[in-house]
Amino acid sequence: MILGLGHLEATRIGTTLVAAFLASLVECVEALTVVLAVGSVRGWRSALTGAATAFVVLAGIVAAIGPLLMRIPLHGLTRIPFHMVQLVVGAMILLFGMRWLRKAILRWSGLIAMHDEEAAFVRSAEAIREAEASIAQLPNGTHSLDKFAFSAAFNITMLEGTEVVFVVIAFGAGGAGLLLPASLGAVSALLVVAAAGFALHRPLARVPENKLKFMVGVLLSAFGTFWVGEGMGAVWAGSDLAILWLMAAYLVVALCLVPLCRSRPATVEG
Amino acid sequence: MRWIKSIVRELYGLFVDDGSFAGAIAAWLILCVVVMSRVAAGARWAGPVLFAGLALILIQSVLRFARRHTK
Repeated sequence: MILGLGHLEATRIGTTLVAAFLASLVECVEALTVVLAVGSVRGWRSALTGAATAFVVLAGIVAAIGPLLMRIPLHGLTRIPFHMVQLVVGAMILLFGMRWLRKAILRWSGLIAMHDEEAAFVRSAEAIREAEASIAQLPNGTHSLDKFAFSAAFNITMLEGTEVVFVVIAFGAGGAGLLLPASLGAVSALLVVAAAGFALHRPLARVPENKLKFMVGVLLSAFGTFWVGEGMGAVWAGSDLAILWLMAAYLVVALCLVPLCRSRPATVEG
Repeated sequence: MRWIKSIVRELYGLFVDDGSFAGAIAAWLILCVVVMSRVAAGARWAGPVLFAGLALILIQSVLRFARRHTK
């Protein structure tokens, strides 16, 4: 027993928290890279206001929709059988996770280029400078917001933030009481990335994003397979602990595929 | 409104990168649900069979990509 929880329940909550944290961390790093690029080129005030506005809008949408979702009875007295929820959510997570895993294998085998936040930062900053040169400048007094910086930071934060919300909902829908650990994982990721970005004022190139994506792909694929299996009535050996052997199995498959593809001469594409 | 379109496009892109890969996964899941829920409900081998099919789809897709890009 761990803090009064059974081992199986602790495993489920722990893996949900870690998976939501890692998946959200990747999205937050991507958003931070663009916000930092915009801020460093066009000014911090507009970029941070854009990101903060998007965050407030997103929080408002979640606050408005969240209680409605909570009213949908997914367990017990429900019209939607829970195994249907597991099937649909599992299938979505599986599509999401296997796409990441496939891409991660292709990256590690050198068939497509590795994601590089430092390079993405430079590219974003260059694009902003080019846009700055070609677009007629809007009046930009000391007290007015730079619309370009505001909208760029707003868009990327909304975009990546929506993905984080999806991740939380998907993991939270996997069972009773999982929404809280999934939300905690996402909020922790946001806090870690925000703190690191504030401290460094640089893209988080040290975050091993490619390794993270590899691991998140493995985690999501394992979760998705488990839930689809549960939804279709399969009995897993070891019950919830089957998630762990599924993770190990996906990891082995992925690690075997990398050298297999690497042995071929690569034509790297982005 | 452009950001809503971007979000919709991005959300679609979350699930579908390579169409045939996503299609194969969807087809395998549908087959498993239809067949196994009738034939193998409660069976211990249903889960490993589900995983094996998904792993094969992943292997086939990655190797096909590798073949195409190394010719």
